[in-house]
Amino acid sequence: MQYQSQAVAKPYFIAAIALFVAQILFGLIMGLQYVVGDFLFPHIPFNVARMVHTNALIVWLLMGFMGAAYYLIPEEAETELHSPKLALALFWIFLIAAGLTVVGYLAVPYATLAKITGNDLLPTMGREFLEQPLITKLGIVVVALAFLYNITMTVLKGRKTAINTVLLIGLWGLAVLFLFSFVNPHNVVRDKFYWWWVVHLWVEGVWELILGSILAFVLIKVTGVDREVIEKWLYVIITLTLITGIVGTGHHYYWIGTPEYWQLIGSIFSGLEPIPFFAMTLFAFNMVNRRRREHPNKAATLWALGTGVMAFLGAGVWGFLHTLAPVNYYTHGTQITAAHGHMAFYGAYVMANITMISYAMPLLRGRAANSNKAQVAEMWGFWLMTISIVFITLFLTAAGILQVWLQRVSDTPLPFMVAQENVSLFYWMREWTGVIFLIGLLVYIWSFFIPGEEKAAA
Amino acid sequence: MFFLLVFLALTYQTEQVIPQRDKRELLSDPKVIAGKKLWETNNCIGCHTLLGEGAYYAPELGNVVKRLGGKEAVKAFIQSRPKEGVPGRRSMPQFNFTEQQLEEIASFLEYVGQINTAKWPPNIQG
Repeated sequence: MQYQSQAVAKPYFIAAIALFVAQILFGLIMGLQYVVGDFLFPHIPFNVARMVHTNALIVWLLMGFMGAAYYLIPEEAETELHSPKLALALFWIFLIAAGLTVVGYLAVPYATLAKITGNDLLPTMGREFLEQPLITKLGIVVVALAFLYNITMTVLKGRKTAINTVLLIGLWGLAVLFLFSFVNPHNVVRDKFYWWWVVHLWVEGVWELILGSILAFVLIKVTGVDREVIEKWLYVIITLTLITGIVGTGHHYYWIGTPEYWQLIGSIFSGLEPIPFFAMTLFAFNMVNRRRREHPNKAATLWALGTGVMAFLGAGVWGFLHTLAPVNYYTHGTQITAAHGHMAFYGAYVMANITMISYAMPLLRGRAANSNKAQVAEMWGFWLMTISIVFITLFLTAAGILQVWLQRVSDTPLPFMVAQENVSLFYWMREWTGVIFLIGLLVYIWSFFIPGEEKAAA
Repeated sequence: MFFLLVFLALTYQTEQVIPQRDKRELLSDPKVIAGKKLWETNNCIGCHTLLGEGAYYAPELGNVVKRLGGKEAVKAFIQSRPKEGVPGRRSMPQFNFTEQQLEEIASFLEYVGQINTAKWPPNIQG
Protein backbone atom coordinates (compact mmCIF):
# COMPACT_ATOMS: atom_id res chain seq x y z
CA MET A 1 0.00 0.00 0.00
CA GLN A 2 1.65 3.21 -1.16
CA TYR A 3 -0.84 5.79 0.10
CA GLN A 4 -2.38 5.96 3.57
CA SER A 5 -5.83 6.80 2.24
CA GLN A 6 -6.05 3.56 0.26
CA ALA A 7 -6.91 1.96 3.61
CA VAL A 8 -10.54 3.08 3.26
CA ALA A 9 -10.97 0.30 0.71
CA LYS A 10 -10.75 -2.32 3.46
CA PRO A 11 -14.20 -1.94 5.08
CA TYR A 12 -15.75 -1.87 1.59
CA PHE A 13 -14.14 -5.21 0.73
CA ILE A 14 -15.17 -6.79 4.03
CA ALA A 15 -18.77 -5.65 3.70
CA ALA A 16 -18.83 -6.82 0.09
CA ILE A 17 -17.87 -10.35 1.11
CA ALA A 18 -20.39 -10.37 3.98
CA LEU A 19 -23.17 -9.40 1.58
CA PHE A 20 -21.93 -12.07 -0.84
CA VAL A 21 -22.64 -14.65 1.87
CA ALA A 22 -26.16 -13.25 2.35
CA GLN A 23 -26.71 -13.40 -1.41
CA ILE A 24 -25.74 -17.08 -1.58
CA LEU A 25 -27.85 -18.06 1.47
CA PHE A 26 -30.94 -16.51 -0.10
CA GLY A 27 -30.01 -18.14 -3.40
CA LEU A 28 -30.11 -21.51 -1.65
CA ILE A 29 -33.52 -20.67 -0.16
CA MET A 30 -34.86 -19.86 -3.63
CA GLY A 31 -33.27 -22.95 -5.15
CA LEU A 32 -35.04 -25.08 -2.57
CA GLN A 33 -38.34 -23.26 -3.16
CA TYR A 34 -38.06 -24.32 -6.80
CA VAL A 35 -38.48 -27.95 -5.73
CA VAL A 36 -40.11 -27.71 -2.30
CA GLY A 37 -42.63 -25.02 -3.20
CA ASP A 38 -43.91 -24.30 0.32
CA PHE A 39 -40.47 -23.93 1.95
CA LEU A 40 -40.70 -20.93 4.34
CA PHE A 41 -44.08 -20.00 2.82
CA PRO A 42 -45.76 -17.61 3.52
CA HIS A 43 -43.06 -16.01 5.72
CA ILE A 44 -40.39 -15.61 3.03
CA PRO A 45 -42.19 -16.00 -0.30
CA PHE A 46 -40.05 -16.55 -3.38
CA ASN A 47 -40.29 -12.97 -4.59
CA VAL A 48 -38.90 -11.66 -1.28
CA ALA A 49 -36.01 -14.13 -1.29
CA ARG A 50 -35.29 -13.16 -4.88
CA MET A 51 -35.18 -9.45 -4.06
CA VAL A 52 -32.69 -10.11 -1.28
CA HIS A 53 -30.64 -12.39 -3.56
CA THR A 54 -30.40 -9.97 -6.48
CA ASN A 55 -30.22 -6.73 -4.47
CA ALA A 56 -27.52 -8.12 -2.19
CA LEU A 57 -25.56 -9.03 -5.32
CA ILE A 58 -25.92 -5.56 -6.81
CA VAL A 59 -25.02 -3.82 -3.56
CA TRP A 60 -21.99 -5.98 -2.86
CA LEU A 61 -20.68 -5.57 -6.40
CA LEU A 62 -21.10 -1.80 -6.03
CA MET A 63 -19.36 -1.96 -2.64
CA GLY A 64 -16.54 -3.86 -4.30
CA PHE A 65 -16.32 -1.37 -7.17
CA MET A 66 -16.14 1.51 -4.70
CA GLY A 67 -13.50 -0.25 -2.64
CA ALA A 68 -11.58 -0.98 -5.83
CA ALA A 69 -11.79 2.69 -6.83
CA TYR A 70 -10.59 3.88 -3.42
CA TYR A 71 -7.65 1.50 -3.62
CA LEU A 72 -6.79 1.97 -7.29
CA ILE A 73 -7.29 5.70 -7.80
CA PRO A 74 -4.74 7.07 -5.29
CA GLU A 75 -2.13 4.64 -6.59
CA GLU A 76 -2.79 5.48 -10.24
CA ALA A 77 -3.12 9.22 -9.59
CA GLU A 78 -0.07 9.11 -7.31
CA THR A 79 -1.71 11.21 -4.65
CA GLU A 80 -3.72 10.75 -1.47
CA LEU A 81 -7.50 10.45 -1.75
CA HIS A 82 -9.28 13.82 -1.71
CA SER A 83 -11.20 12.96 1.47
CA PRO A 84 -10.77 9.63 3.27
CA LYS A 85 -13.25 10.80 5.94
CA LEU A 86 -15.97 11.28 3.32
CA ALA A 87 -15.20 7.82 1.93
CA LEU A 88 -15.61 6.26 5.38
CA ALA A 89 -18.81 8.18 6.11
CA LEU A 90 -20.27 7.06 2.79
CA PHE A 91 -19.39 3.49 3.62
CA TRP A 92 -21.51 3.53 6.76
CA ILE A 93 -24.37 5.39 5.07
CA PHE A 94 -24.43 2.91 2.20
CA LEU A 95 -24.16 -0.14 4.44
CA ILE A 96 -26.88 1.00 6.84
CA ALA A 97 -29.19 1.99 3.97
CA ALA A 98 -28.68 -1.43 2.36
CA GLY A 99 -29.26 -3.18 5.68
CA LEU A 100 -32.47 -1.26 6.40
CA THR A 101 -33.73 -1.99 2.90
CA VAL A 102 -33.23 -5.73 3.40
CA VAL A 103 -34.94 -5.54 6.80
CA GLY A 104 -37.80 -3.76 5.05
CA TYR A 105 -38.07 -6.52 2.44
CA LEU A 106 -38.14 -9.24 5.09
CA ALA A 107 -40.17 -7.57 7.85
CA VAL A 108 -43.24 -6.19 6.10
CA PRO A 109 -45.24 -7.07 2.99
CA TYR A 110 -43.86 -5.31 -0.07
CA ALA A 111 -47.05 -3.29 -0.56
CA THR A 112 -46.71 -1.96 3.00
CA LEU A 113 -43.06 -1.11 2.42
CA ALA A 114 -44.06 0.80 -0.71
CA LYS A 115 -46.68 2.73 1.24
CA ILE A 116 -44.51 3.73 4.20
CA THR A 117 -41.51 4.72 2.07
CA GLY A 118 -43.38 7.16 -0.14
CA ASN A 119 -43.75 5.18 -3.35
CA ASP A 120 -46.98 7.12 -3.96
CA LEU A 121 -44.96 10.32 -4.43
CA LEU A 122 -43.04 8.85 -7.34
CA PRO A 123 -43.78 5.20 -8.13
CA THR A 124 -40.47 3.49 -8.97
CA MET A 125 -40.74 0.21 -7.05
CA GLY A 126 -41.72 -3.26 -8.14
CA ARG A 127 -39.62 -3.46 -11.27
CA GLU A 128 -37.06 -6.24 -11.49
CA PHE A 129 -33.73 -5.35 -9.81
CA LEU A 130 -35.03 -1.82 -9.12
CA GLU A 131 -37.27 -2.91 -6.24
CA GLN A 132 -35.60 -0.56 -3.76
CA PRO A 133 -37.86 1.97 -2.00
CA LEU A 134 -37.72 5.53 -3.32
CA ILE A 135 -35.79 6.64 -0.27
CA THR A 136 -33.11 3.99 -0.87
CA LYS A 137 -32.85 4.97 -4.53
CA LEU A 138 -32.35 8.60 -3.55
CA GLY A 139 -29.76 7.48 -1.01
CA ILE A 140 -27.90 5.58 -3.73
CA VAL A 141 -27.83 8.74 -5.86
CA VAL A 142 -26.47 10.84 -2.99
CA VAL A 143 -23.80 8.27 -2.08
CA ALA A 144 -22.83 7.84 -5.74
CA LEU A 145 -22.47 11.58 -6.30
CA ALA A 146 -20.40 12.12 -3.16
CA PHE A 147 -18.25 9.12 -4.06
CA LEU A 148 -17.72 10.42 -7.60
CA TYR A 149 -16.87 13.86 -6.27
CA ASN A 150 -14.26 12.31 -4.00
CA ILE A 151 -12.51 10.20 -6.61
CA THR A 152 -12.84 12.76 -9.42
CA MET A 153 -11.15 15.41 -7.27
CA THR A 154 -8.39 12.91 -6.54
CA VAL A 155 -7.78 12.20 -10.22
CA LEU A 156 -7.96 15.90 -11.12
CA LYS A 157 -5.17 16.80 -8.71
CA GLY A 158 -3.04 13.79 -9.65
CA ARG A 159 -1.76 11.78 -12.59
CA LYS A 160 -4.29 10.85 -15.27
CA THR A 161 -3.77 7.38 -16.68
CA ALA A 162 -5.83 5.32 -19.10
CA ILE A 163 -6.79 3.08 -16.20
CA ASN A 164 -8.15 5.72 -13.87
CA THR A 165 -9.78 7.63 -16.73
CA VAL A 166 -11.64 4.53 -17.97
CA LEU A 167 -12.63 3.73 -14.39
CA LEU A 168 -13.98 7.24 -13.89
CA ILE A 169 -15.97 7.12 -17.14
CA GLY A 170 -17.40 3.76 -16.12
CA LEU A 171 -18.39 4.95 -12.64
CA TRP A 172 -19.90 8.22 -13.92
CA GLY A 173 -21.82 6.26 -16.52
CA LEU A 174 -23.06 3.93 -13.79
CA ALA A 175 -24.40 6.85 -11.76
CA VAL A 176 -25.96 8.71 -14.70
CA LEU A 177 -27.71 5.63 -16.06
CA PHE A 178 -29.10 4.83 -12.60
CA LEU A 179 -31.17 8.01 -12.95
CA PHE A 180 -33.33 6.08 -15.43
CA SER A 181 -34.54 4.01 -12.47
CA PHE A 182 -36.74 7.03 -11.68
CA VAL A 183 -38.35 6.84 -15.13
CA ASN A 184 -41.49 4.73 -14.89
CA PRO A 185 -44.07 5.53 -17.59
CA HIS A 186 -47.61 4.12 -17.32
CA ASN A 187 -47.08 2.67 -20.77
CA VAL A 188 -45.59 -0.81 -20.20
CA VAL A 189 -43.68 -0.78 -23.48
CA ARG A 190 -41.94 2.50 -22.68
CA ASP A 191 -41.41 1.41 -19.06
CA LYS A 192 -39.58 -1.71 -20.23
CA PHE A 193 -37.68 0.17 -22.93
CA TYR A 194 -36.07 2.59 -20.50
CA TRP A 195 -35.71 0.03 -17.70
CA TRP A 196 -33.08 -1.62 -19.88
CA TRP A 197 -31.12 1.63 -19.98
CA VAL A 198 -30.27 0.91 -16.38
CA VAL A 199 -30.02 -2.86 -16.49
CA HIS A 200 -28.42 -3.57 -19.87
CA LEU A 201 -26.30 -0.44 -20.18
CA TRP A 202 -24.93 -1.19 -16.72
CA VAL A 203 -23.88 -4.80 -17.13
CA GLU A 204 -23.16 -4.83 -20.86
CA GLY A 205 -21.88 -1.26 -20.99
CA VAL A 206 -20.35 0.84 -18.27
CA TRP A 207 -19.68 -2.00 -15.82
CA GLU A 208 -17.45 -3.56 -18.47
CA LEU A 209 -15.34 -0.40 -18.41
CA ILE A 210 -14.97 -0.77 -14.64
CA LEU A 211 -14.14 -4.45 -15.09
CA GLY A 212 -11.56 -3.65 -17.78
CA SER A 213 -9.76 -1.07 -15.70
CA ILE A 214 -9.69 -3.26 -12.57
CA LEU A 215 -8.28 -6.12 -14.61
CA ALA A 216 -5.70 -3.84 -16.26
CA PHE A 217 -4.61 -2.46 -12.89
CA VAL A 218 -4.14 -5.86 -11.29
CA LEU A 219 -2.37 -7.23 -14.38
CA ILE A 220 0.13 -4.37 -14.37
CA LYS A 221 0.87 -5.12 -10.73
CA VAL A 222 1.16 -8.89 -10.86
CA THR A 223 2.86 -9.27 -14.26
CA GLY A 224 5.09 -6.21 -14.44
CA VAL A 225 4.28 -5.84 -18.16
CA ASP A 226 4.74 -2.29 -19.49
CA ARG A 227 1.90 0.08 -18.85
CA GLU A 228 1.83 1.12 -22.53
CA VAL A 229 1.06 -2.44 -23.62
CA ILE A 230 -1.65 -2.93 -21.02
CA GLU A 231 -3.27 0.41 -21.74
CA LYS A 232 -3.43 -0.36 -25.47
CA TRP A 233 -5.31 -3.55 -24.68
CA LEU A 234 -7.63 -1.64 -22.39
CA TYR A 235 -8.45 0.89 -25.12
CA VAL A 236 -9.18 -1.86 -27.63
CA ILE A 237 -11.40 -3.70 -25.15
CA ILE A 238 -13.48 -0.69 -24.14
CA THR A 239 -13.90 0.41 -27.75
CA LEU A 240 -15.19 -3.05 -28.70
CA THR A 241 -17.45 -2.99 -25.63
CA LEU A 242 -19.07 0.30 -26.53
CA ILE A 243 -19.44 -0.51 -30.25
CA THR A 244 -21.23 -3.79 -29.54
CA GLY A 245 -22.84 -3.15 -26.17
CA ILE A 246 -24.76 0.08 -26.68
CA VAL A 247 -26.71 -0.85 -29.79
CA GLY A 248 -26.66 -4.44 -28.48
CA THR A 249 -29.36 -3.27 -26.04
CA GLY A 250 -31.61 -4.11 -28.99
CA HIS A 251 -31.54 -7.80 -28.04
CA HIS A 252 -33.99 -6.90 -25.28
CA TYR A 253 -36.35 -5.18 -27.70
CA TYR A 254 -37.57 -8.20 -29.63
CA TRP A 255 -40.85 -9.07 -27.91
CA ILE A 256 -41.89 -6.18 -25.69
CA GLY A 257 -43.95 -4.18 -28.18
CA THR A 258 -41.03 -2.38 -29.81
CA PRO A 259 -40.69 -2.36 -33.62
CA GLU A 260 -39.51 -5.53 -35.32
CA TYR A 261 -36.38 -4.03 -36.88
CA TRP A 262 -34.80 -4.44 -33.43
CA GLN A 263 -34.73 -8.18 -34.09
CA LEU A 264 -32.16 -7.61 -36.82
CA ILE A 265 -30.21 -4.79 -35.16
CA GLY A 266 -30.19 -6.49 -31.78
CA SER A 267 -29.09 -9.82 -33.23
CA ILE A 268 -26.19 -8.30 -35.17
CA PHE A 269 -24.76 -6.07 -32.46
CA SER A 270 -25.35 -8.35 -29.50
CA GLY A 271 -24.01 -11.21 -31.60
CA LEU A 272 -20.73 -9.28 -31.58
CA GLU A 273 -20.78 -8.73 -27.80
CA PRO A 274 -18.66 -11.83 -27.09
CA ILE A 275 -15.74 -10.17 -28.93
CA PRO A 276 -14.73 -7.74 -26.16
CA PHE A 277 -15.01 -10.57 -23.64
CA PHE A 278 -12.82 -12.78 -25.79
CA ALA A 279 -10.35 -9.90 -26.01
CA MET A 280 -10.32 -9.86 -22.21
CA THR A 281 -9.47 -13.56 -22.12
CA LEU A 282 -6.60 -13.05 -24.56
CA PHE A 283 -5.53 -9.97 -22.64
CA ALA A 284 -5.31 -11.78 -19.29
CA PHE A 285 -3.44 -14.81 -20.65
CA ASN A 286 -1.08 -12.78 -22.85
CA MET A 287 -0.06 -10.49 -20.05
CA VAL A 288 0.51 -13.34 -17.62
CA ASN A 289 2.56 -15.24 -20.25
CA ARG A 290 4.69 -12.18 -20.90
CA ARG A 291 5.17 -11.46 -17.20
CA ARG A 292 8.41 -9.83 -16.20
CA ARG A 293 8.23 -10.72 -12.55
CA GLU A 294 7.00 -13.56 -10.34
CA HIS A 295 4.58 -11.85 -8.04
CA PRO A 296 4.23 -13.72 -4.73
CA ASN A 297 0.43 -13.36 -4.88
CA LYS A 298 -0.38 -16.37 -7.06
CA ALA A 299 -4.01 -16.39 -5.98
CA ALA A 300 -4.66 -12.92 -7.39
CA THR A 301 -3.17 -14.00 -10.74
CA LEU A 302 -5.44 -17.05 -10.74
CA TRP A 303 -8.51 -14.88 -10.14
CA ALA A 304 -7.46 -12.52 -12.94
CA LEU A 305 -7.10 -15.39 -15.41
CA GLY A 306 -10.35 -16.88 -14.13
CA THR A 307 -12.15 -13.62 -14.79
CA GLY A 308 -10.92 -13.62 -18.38
CA VAL A 309 -12.14 -17.15 -19.01
CA MET A 310 -15.40 -17.16 -17.07
CA ALA A 311 -16.54 -13.73 -18.25
CA PHE A 312 -16.11 -14.93 -21.83
CA LEU A 313 -17.94 -18.21 -21.16
CA GLY A 314 -20.76 -16.72 -19.09
CA ALA A 315 -21.35 -13.40 -20.76
CA GLY A 316 -19.94 -14.23 -24.19
CA VAL A 317 -20.80 -17.82 -25.00
CA TRP A 318 -23.92 -18.26 -22.86
CA GLY A 319 -25.11 -14.85 -23.97
CA PHE A 320 -24.62 -15.66 -27.65
CA LEU A 321 -26.47 -18.94 -27.12
CA HIS A 322 -29.83 -17.15 -26.92
CA THR A 323 -29.21 -13.68 -28.27
CA LEU A 324 -30.22 -14.23 -31.91
CA ALA A 325 -33.88 -13.34 -32.38
CA PRO A 326 -35.04 -16.64 -33.97
CA VAL A 327 -33.54 -18.56 -31.03
CA ASN A 328 -34.65 -16.05 -28.44
CA TYR A 329 -38.23 -16.40 -29.69
CA TYR A 330 -38.22 -19.81 -27.99
CA THR A 331 -35.85 -19.20 -25.07
CA HIS A 332 -37.01 -15.74 -23.94
CA GLY A 333 -37.95 -15.75 -20.27
CA THR A 334 -36.92 -19.34 -19.50
CA GLN A 335 -34.25 -21.04 -17.40
CA ILE A 336 -31.83 -20.41 -20.30
CA THR A 337 -31.83 -16.77 -19.26
CA ALA A 338 -31.24 -17.77 -15.64
CA ALA A 339 -28.32 -19.99 -16.67
CA HIS A 340 -26.68 -17.15 -18.58
CA GLY A 341 -27.31 -14.67 -15.78
CA HIS A 342 -25.62 -16.83 -13.16
CA MET A 343 -22.43 -17.54 -15.07
CA ALA A 344 -22.14 -14.05 -16.54
CA PHE A 345 -22.47 -12.27 -13.19
CA TYR A 346 -20.08 -14.66 -11.51
CA GLY A 347 -17.53 -14.74 -14.32
CA ALA A 348 -17.46 -11.05 -15.03
CA TYR A 349 -18.33 -9.08 -11.92
CA VAL A 350 -17.96 -11.41 -8.96
CA MET A 351 -14.57 -12.61 -10.15
CA ALA A 352 -13.36 -9.12 -11.09
CA ASN A 353 -14.20 -7.92 -7.60
CA ILE A 354 -12.50 -10.89 -5.98
CA THR A 355 -9.46 -10.37 -8.22
CA MET A 356 -9.13 -6.87 -6.82
CA ILE A 357 -9.80 -8.00 -3.25
CA SER A 358 -7.33 -10.86 -3.60
CA TYR A 359 -4.63 -8.49 -4.83
CA ALA A 360 -5.31 -5.57 -2.48
CA MET A 361 -6.35 -7.20 0.78
CA PRO A 362 -2.91 -8.62 1.71
CA LEU A 363 -1.37 -5.21 0.99
CA LEU A 364 -4.02 -3.50 3.09
CA ARG A 365 -3.03 -5.90 5.85
CA GLY A 366 0.65 -4.98 5.47
CA ARG A 367 2.07 -7.86 3.43
CA ALA A 368 2.90 -8.38 -0.24
CA ALA A 369 1.01 -11.63 -0.32
CA ASN A 370 -0.59 -14.12 2.01
CA SER A 371 1.25 -17.20 3.25
CA ASN A 372 1.41 -20.16 0.94
CA LYS A 373 -1.08 -22.02 3.11
CA ALA A 374 -3.58 -19.18 2.94
CA GLN A 375 -3.18 -18.94 -0.83
CA VAL A 376 -3.76 -22.66 -1.26
CA ALA A 377 -7.00 -22.35 0.72
CA GLU A 378 -8.00 -19.34 -1.39
CA MET A 379 -7.37 -21.34 -4.57
CA TRP A 380 -9.53 -24.15 -3.22
CA GLY A 381 -12.24 -21.54 -2.80
CA PHE A 382 -11.64 -20.42 -6.38
CA TRP A 383 -12.00 -23.90 -7.83
CA LEU A 384 -14.96 -24.96 -5.69
CA MET A 385 -16.94 -21.82 -6.54
CA THR A 386 -15.95 -21.74 -10.19
CA ILE A 387 -16.66 -25.40 -10.89
CA SER A 388 -19.94 -25.11 -8.98
CA ILE A 389 -21.08 -22.18 -11.09
CA VAL A 390 -20.20 -24.09 -14.26
CA PHE A 391 -22.42 -26.97 -13.15
CA ILE A 392 -25.20 -24.70 -11.91
CA THR A 393 -25.17 -23.14 -15.37
CA LEU A 394 -25.18 -26.52 -17.11
CA PHE A 395 -28.08 -27.80 -14.99
CA LEU A 396 -30.10 -24.65 -15.57
CA THR A 397 -29.34 -24.88 -19.28
CA ALA A 398 -30.58 -28.46 -19.31
CA ALA A 399 -33.71 -27.42 -17.41
CA GLY A 400 -34.15 -24.54 -19.86
CA ILE A 401 -33.86 -26.68 -22.98
CA LEU A 402 -36.40 -29.14 -21.59
CA GLN A 403 -38.68 -26.30 -20.54
CA VAL A 404 -38.57 -24.80 -24.03
CA TRP A 405 -39.33 -28.15 -25.55
CA LEU A 406 -42.14 -29.18 -23.20
CA GLN A 407 -43.82 -25.81 -22.97
CA ARG A 408 -43.20 -24.17 -26.35
CA VAL A 409 -42.08 -26.57 -29.07
CA SER A 410 -43.70 -30.01 -28.66
CA ASP A 411 -46.96 -30.90 -30.40
CA THR A 412 -48.77 -30.94 -27.06
CA PRO A 413 -47.38 -27.96 -25.14
CA LEU A 414 -47.63 -28.40 -21.38
CA PRO A 415 -48.76 -25.68 -18.96
CA PHE A 416 -45.91 -23.85 -17.18
CA MET A 417 -46.28 -25.59 -13.82
CA VAL A 418 -46.52 -29.07 -15.35
CA ALA A 419 -43.36 -28.42 -17.36
CA GLN A 420 -41.65 -27.21 -14.17
CA GLU A 421 -42.44 -30.45 -12.37
CA ASN A 422 -41.02 -32.41 -15.27
CA VAL A 423 -37.63 -30.74 -14.98
CA SER A 424 -37.37 -30.78 -11.18
CA LEU A 425 -34.50 -33.30 -11.27
CA PHE A 426 -32.28 -30.57 -12.70
CA TYR A 427 -33.43 -28.09 -10.05
CA TRP A 428 -32.38 -30.58 -7.37
CA MET A 429 -28.95 -30.96 -8.96
CA ARG A 430 -28.63 -27.19 -9.18
CA GLU A 431 -29.50 -26.86 -5.48
CA TRP A 432 -26.89 -29.41 -4.35
CA THR A 433 -24.29 -27.73 -6.53
CA GLY A 434 -25.27 -24.50 -4.82
CA VAL A 435 -24.42 -26.08 -1.48
CA ILE A 436 -20.94 -26.84 -2.82
CA PHE A 437 -20.68 -23.24 -3.99
CA LEU A 438 -21.44 -22.12 -0.42
CA ILE A 439 -18.74 -24.46 0.90
CA GLY A 440 -16.32 -22.91 -1.60
CA LEU A 441 -17.26 -19.46 -0.41
CA LEU A 442 -16.69 -20.47 3.23
CA VAL A 443 -13.28 -21.92 2.34
CA TYR A 444 -12.46 -18.64 0.58
CA ILE A 445 -13.43 -16.65 3.67
CA TRP A 446 -11.53 -19.05 5.94
CA SER A 447 -8.37 -18.31 3.88
CA PHE A 448 -8.39 -14.76 5.27
CA PHE A 449 -7.92 -16.12 8.77
CA ILE A 450 -4.94 -18.35 8.02
CA PRO A 451 -2.03 -16.52 9.60
CA GLY A 452 1.50 -15.94 8.41
CA GLU A 453 3.02 -13.80 5.74
CA GLU A 454 5.43 -14.53 2.97
CA LYS A 455 7.18 -11.21 2.60
CA ALA A 456 6.81 -7.77 4.07
CA ALA A 457 5.04 -5.31 1.81
CA ALA A 458 7.30 -3.45 -0.57
CA MET B 1 -19.27 8.17 -29.76
CA PHE B 2 -20.84 7.24 -33.06
CA PHE B 3 -22.68 4.15 -31.80
CA LEU B 4 -24.23 6.07 -28.95
CA LEU B 5 -25.71 8.46 -31.52
CA VAL B 6 -26.96 5.52 -33.57
CA PHE B 7 -28.64 4.14 -30.46
CA LEU B 8 -30.24 7.49 -29.62
CA ALA B 9 -31.47 7.86 -33.21
CA LEU B 10 -33.02 4.40 -33.07
CA THR B 11 -34.63 5.29 -29.75
CA TYR B 12 -36.21 8.36 -31.34
CA GLN B 13 -37.44 6.26 -34.26
CA THR B 14 -38.87 3.67 -31.84
CA GLU B 15 -40.76 6.35 -29.92
CA GLN B 16 -42.27 7.46 -33.26
CA VAL B 17 -43.38 3.96 -34.20
CA ILE B 18 -44.57 2.36 -30.95
CA PRO B 19 -47.86 4.25 -30.68
CA GLN B 20 -49.06 1.87 -33.41
CA ARG B 21 -48.08 -1.15 -31.33
CA ASP B 22 -48.45 -0.38 -27.65
CA LYS B 23 -52.25 0.13 -27.42
CA ARG B 24 -51.73 3.40 -25.55
CA GLU B 25 -55.37 4.37 -26.10
CA LEU B 26 -56.21 1.76 -23.42
CA LEU B 27 -54.23 3.82 -20.90
CA SER B 28 -57.10 6.31 -20.81
CA ASP B 29 -58.81 3.78 -18.53
CA PRO B 30 -57.77 4.69 -14.95
CA LYS B 31 -58.20 1.04 -13.94
CA VAL B 32 -55.26 0.08 -16.17
CA ILE B 33 -53.03 2.71 -14.57
CA ALA B 34 -54.11 1.65 -11.07
CA GLY B 35 -53.58 -1.98 -12.05
CA LYS B 36 -49.99 -1.32 -13.10
CA LYS B 37 -49.32 0.28 -9.74
CA LEU B 38 -50.79 -2.73 -7.92
CA TRP B 39 -48.68 -4.97 -10.15
CA GLU B 40 -45.61 -3.05 -9.00
CA THR B 41 -46.37 -2.58 -5.31
CA ASN B 42 -47.03 -6.30 -4.88
CA ASN B 43 -43.81 -7.23 -6.68
CA CYS B 44 -45.56 -9.62 -9.08
CA ILE B 45 -42.42 -9.55 -11.26
CA GLY B 46 -40.55 -11.25 -8.38
CA CYS B 47 -42.12 -14.58 -9.41
CA HIS B 48 -43.78 -14.08 -12.81
CA THR B 49 -42.61 -12.92 -16.22
CA LEU B 50 -44.46 -10.20 -18.13
CA LEU B 51 -43.69 -10.33 -21.86
CA GLY B 52 -40.90 -12.70 -20.87
CA GLU B 53 -39.18 -10.40 -18.40
CA GLY B 54 -39.09 -11.01 -14.68
CA ALA B 55 -38.60 -14.13 -12.58
CA TYR B 56 -39.07 -17.65 -13.94
CA TYR B 57 -40.76 -19.17 -10.89
CA ALA B 58 -44.36 -18.70 -12.00
CA PRO B 59 -46.23 -18.50 -15.33
CA GLU B 60 -46.00 -15.76 -17.95
CA LEU B 61 -48.80 -13.22 -17.45
CA GLY B 62 -48.69 -11.21 -20.68
CA ASN B 63 -51.27 -13.57 -22.18
CA VAL B 64 -52.91 -14.81 -18.98
CA VAL B 65 -56.31 -13.26 -19.70
CA LYS B 66 -56.48 -15.23 -22.95
CA ARG B 67 -55.05 -18.39 -21.36
CA LEU B 68 -57.55 -18.52 -18.52
CA GLY B 69 -60.40 -17.39 -20.75
CA GLY B 70 -61.19 -13.91 -19.50
CA LYS B 71 -60.76 -11.34 -16.77
CA GLU B 72 -63.21 -13.01 -14.41
CA ALA B 73 -61.19 -16.22 -14.42
CA VAL B 74 -58.01 -14.28 -13.60
CA LYS B 75 -59.77 -12.53 -10.72
CA ALA B 76 -61.15 -15.79 -9.39
CA PHE B 77 -57.72 -17.40 -9.49
CA ILE B 78 -56.05 -14.57 -7.57
CA GLN B 79 -58.85 -14.59 -5.02
CA SER B 80 -58.76 -18.34 -4.45
CA ARG B 81 -55.15 -18.67 -3.29
CA PRO B 82 -54.91 -20.37 0.13
CA LYS B 83 -53.36 -18.22 2.85
CA GLU B 84 -51.00 -20.91 4.09
CA GLY B 85 -50.02 -22.16 0.65
CA VAL B 86 -50.26 -25.71 -0.67
CA PRO B 87 -48.18 -28.43 1.06
CA GLY B 88 -45.02 -29.17 -0.90
CA ARG B 89 -45.99 -27.04 -3.89
CA ARG B 90 -45.49 -23.53 -5.18
CA SER B 91 -48.46 -21.31 -4.49
CA MET B 92 -49.22 -17.66 -5.08
CA PRO B 93 -49.66 -15.68 -1.83
CA GLN B 94 -53.13 -14.49 -0.80
CA PHE B 95 -53.01 -10.72 -1.33
CA ASN B 96 -56.50 -9.94 0.07
CA PHE B 97 -57.38 -7.63 -2.82
CA THR B 98 -60.72 -5.86 -2.85
CA GLU B 99 -63.12 -6.42 -5.73
CA GLN B 100 -62.04 -3.11 -7.21
CA GLN B 101 -58.34 -3.96 -6.97
CA LEU B 102 -58.96 -7.32 -8.63
CA GLU B 103 -60.71 -5.53 -11.47
CA GLU B 104 -57.77 -3.12 -11.79
CA ILE B 105 -55.14 -5.88 -11.90
CA ALA B 106 -57.14 -7.84 -14.45
CA SER B 107 -57.64 -4.71 -16.58
CA PHE B 108 -53.92 -4.06 -16.53
CA LEU B 109 -53.14 -7.64 -17.61
CA GLU B 110 -55.78 -7.43 -20.34
CA TYR B 111 -54.11 -4.26 -21.66
CA VAL B 112 -50.66 -5.90 -21.68
CA GLY B 113 -52.17 -8.82 -23.58
CA GLN B 114 -53.14 -6.52 -26.45
CA ILE B 115 -49.66 -5.09 -27.05
CA ASN B 116 -48.19 -6.15 -30.41
CA THR B 117 -45.30 -8.40 -29.33
CA ALA B 118 -44.24 -9.72 -32.74
CA LYS B 119 -46.22 -12.96 -32.14
CA TRP B 120 -44.43 -13.84 -28.90
CA PRO B 121 -45.00 -16.10 -26.94
CA PRO B 122 -44.91 -19.08 -29.32
CA ASN B 123 -48.12 -20.56 -27.91
CA ILE B 124 -50.80 -19.95 -25.30
CA GLN B 125 -48.81 -21.66 -22.51
CA GLY B 126 -46.50 -18.63 -22.47
